[in-house]
Amino acid sequence: MTEFEPKIITFLCNWCSYGAADLAGVSRFQYPPNMRVIRVPCSGRISPKMVLAALRKGVDGIWVSGCHPGDCHYIEGNYYARRKFTLLKELLEFQGIEPGRIHFSWISSAEGVKFAQVANEVISEVKKLGPAKHFIKCAPKEIAAA
Amino acid sequence: MINYTENIRKISGDLLKSGKVDVVIGYKKGTLPGINEPFLARTPEDAQKLVWDSQCRLNLANYLTNRKENVGIVAKGCDSRNIATHIIEHRVTREQVTVIGVPCTGMTDKNKLRELAGGEITALTEKDGIITVTSRHGEKTVEKQDLLQSNCANCLHRNPVINDIPCADPVPEINTARNDAEIKAIEAMSPADKWAFFEDLLSTCTRCYACKNACPLCYCPTCFVDESRPQWVGKGDDPIDVRTYHTLRAFHCAGRCTDCGACEAACPMNIKVRLLTGKMEKSCFERYGWEAGLNTEVRPALDTFTLHDPEEFIK
Ligand code: SF4
Ligand code: SF4
Repeated sequence: MTEFEPKIITFLCNWCSYGAADLAGVSRFQYPPNMRVIRVPCSGRISPKMVLAALRKGVDGIWVSGCHPGDCHYIEGNYYARRKFTLLKELLEFQGIEPGRIHFSWISSAEGVKFAQVANEVISEVKKLGPAKHFIKCAPKEIAAA
Repeated sequence: MINYTENIRKISGDLLKSGKVDVVIGYKKGTLPGINEPFLARTPEDAQKLVWDSQCRLNLANYLTNRKENVGIVAKGCDSRNIATHIIEHRVTREQVTVIGVPCTGMTDKNKLRELAGGEITALTEKDGIITVTSRHGEKTVEKQDLLQSNCANCLHRNPVINDIPCADPVPEINTARNDAEIKAIEAMSPADKWAFFEDLLSTCTRCYACKNACPLCYCPTCFVDESRPQWVGKGDDPIDVRTYHTLRAFHCAGRCTDCGACEAACPMNIKVRLLTGKMEKSCFERYGWEAGLNTEVRPALDTFTLHDPEEFIK
């Protein structure tokens, strides 16, 4: 049996965490290839709808990352985002999404090392949980077949 | 209750006569016993049809959205908090609205009434806190206290927070702290049990949207359920679509819900949708000390922040 390789959707803000991903790549820091990156202008752009859309398509984990508080390119986008993330995480976990499927982080564009390290953490936590069980409307296989 | 009704009629009639308001939003007797219906009184004569008792379960702030004229509105505690929310969210202006405040002693639970009657209710009367329902099984008399909706039994703000013309003296508040017992019981479950609990809770939902139509908070011109590019949620009664709908509905109400109970009162399938909105309000209170609609100045929980909001879960 091959080992379970989770699919993780990663939302990265354009100004910090996406830069960090770039830096991690350029610097050849290693992390497994389980992530599919979606670049967004700001972590404040993340709507719960997007997170649910990912879950509905059967992703095993979600990771959202933006600039550190105080460093937002739009000054305060991530402060609003922080409250949204808090409530979203609580609402999803309240309904049975396991803690450990949904992750959040602040990573600046200079923190390539932190990026690789958090990526490893996220992947290993999601791996431990196994494939997503809930909130799947249309599994990836069905999407591929369609 | 008799004098509540009389006072509401008098105040509303005067407001309409003087031209201070163009319309008064209130309740009139419904076509079925035990359910009053929202009513827009436009003339002093109309105002004589207004009533008040413990069957005014809806939230009249829902009829205030985007009105252009001057409005009088009959409001119990929770309605007044939704009026405040409407003002904060620029659905109406403070100047436009004259609140006829009703110190509220709670609404009856439609299911408890039905259970008590044992069948279809053919008549219902209320006097001095005693409710009498009639059905083909005869007459039953119970104290209103024992028939309250759960949000009313747990209510923290029975007296209106905006109260331009009170229709009666304030009533004593009955609670001092949130009662989160039901929500805590769910929080204590394992993830699998939580999922199963809500699967069961929502299994009879027909997606009629009565819950969102009854709610004063749901006023977007295009709701996410109707968006098609992309389509966030399917239209049918697929359990994941139902769950998606309820999750996003609750999220969109976060920091704004006053626990008025109109959503549950409107649900034809008797689904306890307040468990989800309640969880959001619990989080807002625990994390940000926030209760929705207590005044017209402070931005709601998700429309503001502090530099040091808790973030223990962020890496
Ligand atoms: S979600 Fe329900 S309880 Fe909350 S404000 Fe809307 S109708 Fe009232
Ligand atoms: S009112 Fe009840 S049945 Fe209708 S959509 Fe809401 S929860 Fe579902």
